[in-house]
Amino acid sequence: MTKGGEKVESDPTFRKGQDKVESDPTFRRRKAYVRPIDFRHGRVDMTHGSGGRAMAQLIDELFAAAFDNEWLRQGNDGARMPAPAGRLVVATDSHVVTPLFFPGGDIGALSVHGTINDVAVMGATPLWLAAGFVLEEGFPLADLRRIVQSMAASSREAGVPVVTGDTKVVEKGKGDGVFITTTGVGVVADGVELGGDRARPGDRVLVSGTMGDHGVAIMSLRENLTFETTIESDTAALNGLTAAMLAAAPGLRAMRDPTRGGLATTLNEIARQSQVGFIVDEAAIPVKPEVEAACEFLGLDPLYVANEGKVIAVCAAEDADRLLAAMREHPLGRDAAIIGTAIEDAHHFVQMDTRFGGRRVVDWLAGEQLPRIC
Amino acid sequence: MCLAIPARVVELTGPDTARIDLGGVRKEISLALVDGVAVGDYVIVHVGYALTRLDPEEAARTLAAFAEAGIDVAAADGAGAAR
Amino acid sequence: MKYVDEFRDGALAQTLAGRIAREADPARRYHLMEFCGGHTHAISRYGLKDLLPANVEMVHGPGCPVCVLPIGRIDNAIELARDRGVILCTYADTIRVPASKGLSLLKAKAAGADIRMVYSCADALRIARDNPSREVVFFAIGFETTTPPTALAILEAERQGLGNFSVFCNHVLTPSAITHILESPEVRDLGIVPLDGFIGPAHVSTVIGSAPYDYFAEEYRKPVVIAGFEPLDVMQAILMLVRQLNEGRAEVENEFTRAVTPQGNEKAKALVAEVFELRRSFEWRGLGEVPYSALSIKQRFARFDAEARYGIVYRPVPDHKACECGAILRGVKKPEDCKVFGIVCTPENPIGSCMVSSEGACAAHYTYGRYRVGSDPGKVGSDSTFGKVGSDSTFRDRNPGR
Repeated sequence: MTKGGEKVESDPTFRKGQDKVESDPTFRRRKAYVRPIDFRHGRVDMTHGSGGRAMAQLIDELFAAAFDNEWLRQGNDGARMPAPAGRLVVATDSHVVTPLFFPGGDIGALSVHGTINDVAVMGATPLWLAAGFVLEEGFPLADLRRIVQSMAASSREAGVPVVTGDTKVVEKGKGDGVFITTTGVGVVADGVELGGDRARPGDRVLVSGTMGDHGVAIMSLRENLTFETTIESDTAALNGLTAAMLAAAPGLRAMRDPTRGGLATTLNEIARQSQVGFIVDEAAIPVKPEVEAACEFLGLDPLYVANEGKVIAVCAAEDADRLLAAMREHPLGRDAAIIGTAIEDAHHFVQMDTRFGGRRVVDWLAGEQLPRIC
Repeated sequence: MCLAIPARVVELTGPDTARIDLGGVRKEISLALVDGVAVGDYVIVHVGYALTRLDPEEAARTLAAFAEAGIDVAAADGAGAAR
Repeated sequence: MKYVDEFRDGALAQTLAGRIAREADPARRYHLMEFCGGHTHAISRYGLKDLLPANVEMVHGPGCPVCVLPIGRIDNAIELARDRGVILCTYADTIRVPASKGLSLLKAKAAGADIRMVYSCADALRIARDNPSREVVFFAIGFETTTPPTALAILEAERQGLGNFSVFCNHVLTPSAITHILESPEVRDLGIVPLDGFIGPAHVSTVIGSAPYDYFAEEYRKPVVIAGFEPLDVMQAILMLVRQLNEGRAEVENEFTRAVTPQGNEKAKALVAEVFELRRSFEWRGLGEVPYSALSIKQRFARFDAEARYGIVYRPVPDHKACECGAILRGVKKPEDCKVFGIVCTPENPIGSCMVSSEGACAAHYTYGRYRVGSDPGKVGSDSTFGKVGSDSTFRDRNPGR
């Protein structure tokens, strides 16, 4: 599958360590591959990672075609761009989710959104992404294509191109189908100083929407845990929302996306970094009824379930209402809510006023939350 | 100690199985431990099995008992008599 | 969620709390044991302690089947997976329980043992069907609630003629455990643990009914109120116990009438009786050997009995010397009385069973209740009575990871 229409002068490749023959310019310009890749029935094999023609073809026909941009078209080992004004933010994430495809998304979308979000919650504008793939021998090319196309669509929608990348292949049994690592670079304007250590007593805590959607969507597909639900992963690029939040609230202290470990873990992290405590109001935390029900079945707590398209914000009290309004105006923040307050607390606890009327500590998770029968 | 939850039977899917609904989440479970379950009944589900049917009248009675405590308290405030 | 949300109503909680406060006699203390781990969890999760008067104290009982599972039995399960190469199917609750030599099912899995988490024993049957060339063992745990499904699984395996499926049975019984607590010297003779009454388990009782508890009320003159699973149920049951104690009654009352009848689920009981029989004695972690407190698989189903099939040898393993789980499970001590609570023994690094399961008294206290100081909303952790748990720096040594 090649790009329609355009004539490309050089092979866009992500080669590393290729031999001298491959670096011969005439060879590099050769465009005629013996056969187009069979994306319907073909599988990844060891030649796709060897730096040779097969790999070049895979990159050409799949990755470069899907991500297509000026840097990839240059076909160099790296992408060169002018240094933007301001300070740089760099973030990286590896994605190993199983299953690879789930309601609302896939590992590809997750890998693009996750890193964009890590940059965005720093108060930065994400500019570029790099993507590394570790493919398992035998992985169906149809699935790979679906994932890469999903990444390309996510990347385009968010306005953050994938400018460089890498591909490796490991022997069958040594990888879970595909692992994707994405690195993101962004720029943060002068004067913007967000950080998990900046919360102060009296600050308010906000969330951008319902908690636990992603984790429940994933869990519904896990072997031996199947249940039927319409819950979809909330995976989304948050850079538009975070930009609106920054603009609305100069007193924004911190933003963070509550991924693994959920809201509870993120709040505990900020509490520890900032050396404050938090008190949140259970009734104010938005949770979809289906997410709550699924958690009831399995004995899980939605506060610890992963999210992939939500942001938690801590801001000065006087900014809270304005920030809330700005979040609710954005499509990804319609269900935003103010959920709690930072307090003085030598133990840095996150406490919750339960819907029932009592209060309890919302502690760090001791390892991954597992379903229980007892 | 035993995590069990009341759910509504929405479909009988076999001689001993049913699909239940809890808050919009559905799952197929076994009815092998309970006889005479009909669509619309509520059952208590534990590890994929219905343990018993939930009695709606008793549920209403229990809720009324909770509320009664409040009425008593409000009405007899200061009198302090146990019932 | 119908029949769930109404029983969690905060406004009703306040009125019930007011009622309990009015009826609890200020001149006496009420020590009520909630036997069931699910009730322990509900009390912690909803902060029920905040809603009770100071003279009504909840004592956490041993109704947590994971907590009372002896280390030696987990060792056996690990051996089956690691040394006998079976596919070991287990409920997720057991996976992190610490066993001998620093192992756990989780660690054994990481080392290559084929250990699979299941939601239902029916999943284990399916795995056996799908893997005819492998041996599959279901690690059965739980009280009377969880036993009927296991009975069904064994009967189904017999019906299908499955030749590669068996059950490692660790099912335990509630009434025996309650008797054992009441018979313990601290309670019976020395009066160290004044136990005034019991909150009876919710879902166990749907199976066994309310009748079996008559024995405790009569023999030991202790009131029992069977409570539903939701926090309002628990509060109503506490109110009913307070009333019984005030009136000098010792009866079995049923708060969970929407799901519990005097006889329980006859069909389920019959199925259990068909497949299982009483063990003369069974070791409970923290309680020692308890007579007639556990079930084994009948001879007729011996080929589905993993203990017979694999010649499993049980080797008792003593608890860590500093671990006070035994005393805590009997209600004699509290988590904060244990020297290692919160210092060495934490949910990340559980020394004893009370810390492993989220329903264990120590885990519940650690996760939800430690450092609670009265009802002052802003004030946390300055109470010196919790000094025993360790200074701030020891807690900050945790490495929660992400």
